[in-house]
Amino acid sequence: MSAVATKETDTAQETGAVRSATAGRSRPWSLSKTAVNGALVLVTVYTLLPLGWLLTAAAKNTPDLLGGNGLTPSNVHLVQNLHDLATQDGGIYFRWYLNSLLYAGLGALLCALVCVCAGYAFEVYRFRGKEKLFGLVLLGVLVPTTALALPMYLLASEIGVVDTFWAVFIPSLVFPFGVYLSRVFCAGYIPGEVLEAARMDGAKELRIFWSIGLRMVMPGFVTVFLFQFTAIWNNFFLPLVMLSNTKLFPVSLGLYVWNSQTHGNPEFYPLVVTGSLLAVVPLVVAFVALQRHWKAGLTAGSVK
Amino acid sequence: MSLRTADTARTAGTARTAGTARAVAPRRRGRYGAPAVLLAPFLTLFTAATLVPIGYAVYLSLFTEHRSGLGFGPVQTVFTGLGNYTRALGDPVFRGGFTTIAEYCLLYIPVMVGLSLTVALLLDSALARAKRFFQLALFLPHAVPGIIAALIWAYLYTPGISPVVGALGSAGVHVDLLGHPLPAVVNMAVWEWTGYNMVIFFAGLQALPREVLEAALVDGAGPLRTALSIKLPLIKASITMVCLFTLIGSLQLFTEPMILQGASSQVTTNWTPNMFAYSAAFGRNDYGLAAASSVMLALAAAALSFIVTRVTRTRSERRTEAAR
Repeated sequence: MSAVATKETDTAQETGAVRSATAGRSRPWSLSKTAVNGALVLVTVYTLLPLGWLLTAAAKNTPDLLGGNGLTPSNVHLVQNLHDLATQDGGIYFRWYLNSLLYAGLGALLCALVCVCAGYAFEVYRFRGKEKLFGLVLLGVLVPTTALALPMYLLASEIGVVDTFWAVFIPSLVFPFGVYLSRVFCAGYIPGEVLEAARMDGAKELRIFWSIGLRMVMPGFVTVFLFQFTAIWNNFFLPLVMLSNTKLFPVSLGLYVWNSQTHGNPEFYPLVVTGSLLAVVPLVVAFVALQRHWKAGLTAGSVK
Repeated sequence: MSLRTADTARTAGTARTAGTARAVAPRRRGRYGAPAVLLAPFLTLFTAATLVPIGYAVYLSLFTEHRSGLGFGPVQTVFTGLGNYTRALGDPVFRGGFTTIAEYCLLYIPVMVGLSLTVALLLDSALARAKRFFQLALFLPHAVPGIIAALIWAYLYTPGISPVVGALGSAGVHVDLLGHPLPAVVNMAVWEWTGYNMVIFFAGLQALPREVLEAALVDGAGPLRTALSIKLPLIKASITMVCLFTLIGSLQLFTEPMILQGASSQVTTNWTPNMFAYSAAFGRNDYGLAAASSVMLALAAAALSFIVTRVTRTRSERRTEAAR
């Protein structure tokens, strides 16, 4: 996706040139640089303020948190909160954390592979009924995921897999939008000549996919992985309906249960807040580190 | 990947598929082998976790559980046809959920789309600085799980805990968002989704042909005029898509009100259709009713998607005809 980066700088230069060309003509209503950037700063404050609050609140103890007292160097309790988090209910929070990493990490990895396989097949091969099948996949994009969760629960209870790891894991492997993205990425990244050359050399179709196609479409693979990782990590409704064994909970569900206990036990407040902060960290790190991938994914999605 | 590059990639793709087919054609045997193997995992999962549950929900929604003998006899499952559907539709609580969603959409969609469009246009203007930083900072809320975003905001609404309510209070402004769940939930959603959609709009704006914008400039259009009359109409496809996905997402409203429920007495257990379905299944063990309301929710999403795509398509087709 380095093309995007160069394009952005090109654009900036072009518009820059255009701007200097018109600098002489001032307009009464033209937006000043301060106004534009000031507005952007204002919106940024709105988006970052709650995260800043989470950061400071995670370092407060119960009375300071509930009293709305400011954070001063003398009342930082972050280490104490982390210790409480690690010991509450026999350290179950970190069990939830590992569960989330497993659901989201392994789930997104397998899901991305499944999506890229399907997207590659849709892009590279011609077979009867292909576009109809692809249309069905696109219809799947439009099915509301929560409207699906309850039917999935009813089905799972019928076949007796409710309250198991698989009840949450298997549904998270299905990501129709990922198939669409993969197809778009395969179209952009895999030149047909390369595949033909490989066929001339006598390579089998699946070998070509594994050794050439998958390698070339790796940026798309990472994008699909990132999207699905976020979706599984953030998923709340499916685990809520499927799971009742607390040992299988992901972080999101565990925090929800703890939060519903805060009314009776205010000492749960710092646990929920500190636990929330820790649960946000991996995603923020992933999004900062993989900027070009999510931007690529969002843009490819908007072509539709 | 920009709109234009994706388009060229797509045309290249079609051209290449033809070439590939030519290369494959001589080897007739096993022609379907590779695509079948590659598609099998997805199609199996898609069938198991999407098509079958939908089918099963439709099937379940046609039955109801019935106790014979003054309610002391064994539970019998009886076919009721569309009974569960008429029961849900006849329930003012279920209909009230859709009213809530309608009000929510009327407030949320214009505010969120308007804000993300404004920010995207500001970022696209030549005056904006530090574009990468702003994009990342605005996008970050999307990395926060919905349940945690709801938790943070629920705390920020609570007088005593919240520095915002406190600061506004000392400035003489008294806000009571816990007493008004609708704006409270809308604010949570705006916070979560504005940056995400802004990135989509911004990418669309960056991909606009520069010649068109320069032509507008030469014709004497200022930045505001260019933004409203040139840029916005040109990214209409992105705007439609964002509205469509926002609409489908809004129908599923669940997590945020569930969290607010703990802090606000105004949010009832049946506040949205999804909450209604959830409490039908887990509060009342009425699986038939739960299945019927899930099916209706999916149908509502399908109908809305159809209407949105249909309306926008006919309008753009009309415009093409007018241009001829």
